[in-house]
Amino acid sequence: MSKNLLSRTNIIWTVLVLVLFALMTLLMQMGIINSYYQSVIFNICINIILAVSLNLIVGICGQFSLGHAGFMAIGAYSAGIITKMIPNYWGMLLGILVGFVISTVAALIVSIPTLRLKGDYLAIATLGFSEIIRICIQNMKITNGAAGLTGIPQLTTWPIFFFCMILAIMICTSFVKSAPGRACIAINDDEIAAEAMGINTTRFKVIAFVVGAILASLAGAIMANYFYVLTPGQFTFNRSIDILVMVVFGGMGSMSASVIAAILIGLLNMYLQQFTDLRMIIYGAALVLMMIFRPQGILGTWEFSLEKLLEKWKARASNKGSRRRYYG
Amino acid sequence: MAMLDVKDLHVHYGAIEALKGVSLKVEPGQIVSLIGANGAGKTSLLQAISGIVKKSGGEVVFEDDSIYKVSPRKIVSSGLVQVPEGRHVFPGLSVYENLMMGAYLRKDKQGINEDLKKIYERFPILEKRKNQDASTLSGGEQQMLAMGRALMAKPKLLLLDEPSMGLAPILVKEIFSIIKDINEAGTTILLVEQNARMALQIADYAYVMETGNVALEGPASELASSKAVQEAYLGGA
Repeated sequence: MSKNLLSRTNIIWTVLVLVLFALMTLLMQMGIINSYYQSVIFNICINIILAVSLNLIVGICGQFSLGHAGFMAIGAYSAGIITKMIPNYWGMLLGILVGFVISTVAALIVSIPTLRLKGDYLAIATLGFSEIIRICIQNMKITNGAAGLTGIPQLTTWPIFFFCMILAIMICTSFVKSAPGRACIAINDDEIAAEAMGINTTRFKVIAFVVGAILASLAGAIMANYFYVLTPGQFTFNRSIDILVMVVFGGMGSMSASVIAAILIGLLNMYLQQFTDLRMIIYGAALVLMMIFRPQGILGTWEFSLEKLLEKWKARASNKGSRRRYYG
Repeated sequence: MAMLDVKDLHVHYGAIEALKGVSLKVEPGQIVSLIGANGAGKTSLLQAISGIVKKSGGEVVFEDDSIYKVSPRKIVSSGLVQVPEGRHVFPGLSVYENLMMGAYLRKDKQGINEDLKKIYERFPILEKRKNQDASTLSGGEQQMLAMGRALMAKPKLLLLDEPSMGLAPILVKEIFSIIKDINEAGTTILLVEQNARMALQIADYAYVMETGNVALEGPASELASSKAVQEAYLGGA
């Protein structure tokens, strides 16, 4: 935990992120990454935002939510409708902010009563909620009903995707390390003990839920402004499951795992594009196998930490025969 | 004036009445033990006092204020802290983070650091393991962690629910001597125990519970020598 903003690990992270960004930009401009691969990469960025934000709710706080597609739909339609009226970046920013406000309100409405529920009940409640949002969108005039919105200006560019993705990852990882984040982990670990320590369990569950919902709406908004078209059919139950699969596949509670899983599944989707129907079968099979052989996900709760890696290297460099173990 | 005054407390789990009107008093500075068989309602009583379980009748007064309808976090911040049964540490957090969870409602940074130091002095093993996940601790260490965590909340009254559960006899002894130390350092203790012998040894006053009622009460030394208690809980005379 580095409190210092200019700590060594933070600087290294910044450099790594900038190098990655520069490298990708260069490859795109040189045409090595063509527009097809670009859209795959952009999809992966969206999925990373969705996966880390859902992981915050499901993995860190232990609240089984199946409603992420609903919040994504709110963000997507807010941005889509507003940028159609104001087709510039101010419009997009306004759209994103309106999406934030609506999804926050929606998240509060759904979470305050339902987060008192546990496990299956919460999953059913959030699933129902996201279907309500979808059906509302399907029947409203402003959203153009089932036909969907078309002609949304393509405002989202690669730097915006990248920036939003990094922002989402940073928000989620620093939330985990913050006091509310620890409270959420405590609630997930042992709700009774958390309550006995005086933690307001409902409050922190609601906070995690709202932060997750806001990030999902961000993902929806940047998606809407890239793919021209929005239909309610994009935000069905399947979409929520897709995101959940990434979280479970990677490992609940680990942000790095969600990122890796989102990338892997994004690439898998690319290869499975020809057979869309088979995709869900492979998903299902992969999940079943995962549950049998590695129920904790690819990485489990293991979190990639540059700080620990550096310490390890240092310890190895000054190896005095005594082996030290690192936990976590 | 009693520190904790429970009057005619009732708790229901659905149709089942777990507490059928329990009254009990804890005087400041005392160790009060609550013994009884499984299912007597000891844990229900503690959880009802700390607000985790809903009460269905009676009154609970802590330091002159009714806490009958107060939420658990307000009860904790008023100085009544429970160590739940079965240890209940947070396995995904490190030992240090677990301890800091105990100070969750406190704002005085300096006081927190001082208390952390004191707890590391009392439980040196916790300092040694401070960066380890709590899930990697042994049973006895987890019990110490649970107690240390509760102490971080700076309790006036500490509720301990079966601290000896599942521990080796030597550790049970250690835990009890720590409880005694904590009490001597100024914290009042309400102790629930299956291990009646040990519980009566360190307590000032004791209650014996049977199926949702207080069956017997009295100074701990008197109870320990009473025939009924000896036969039922201490394995005969």
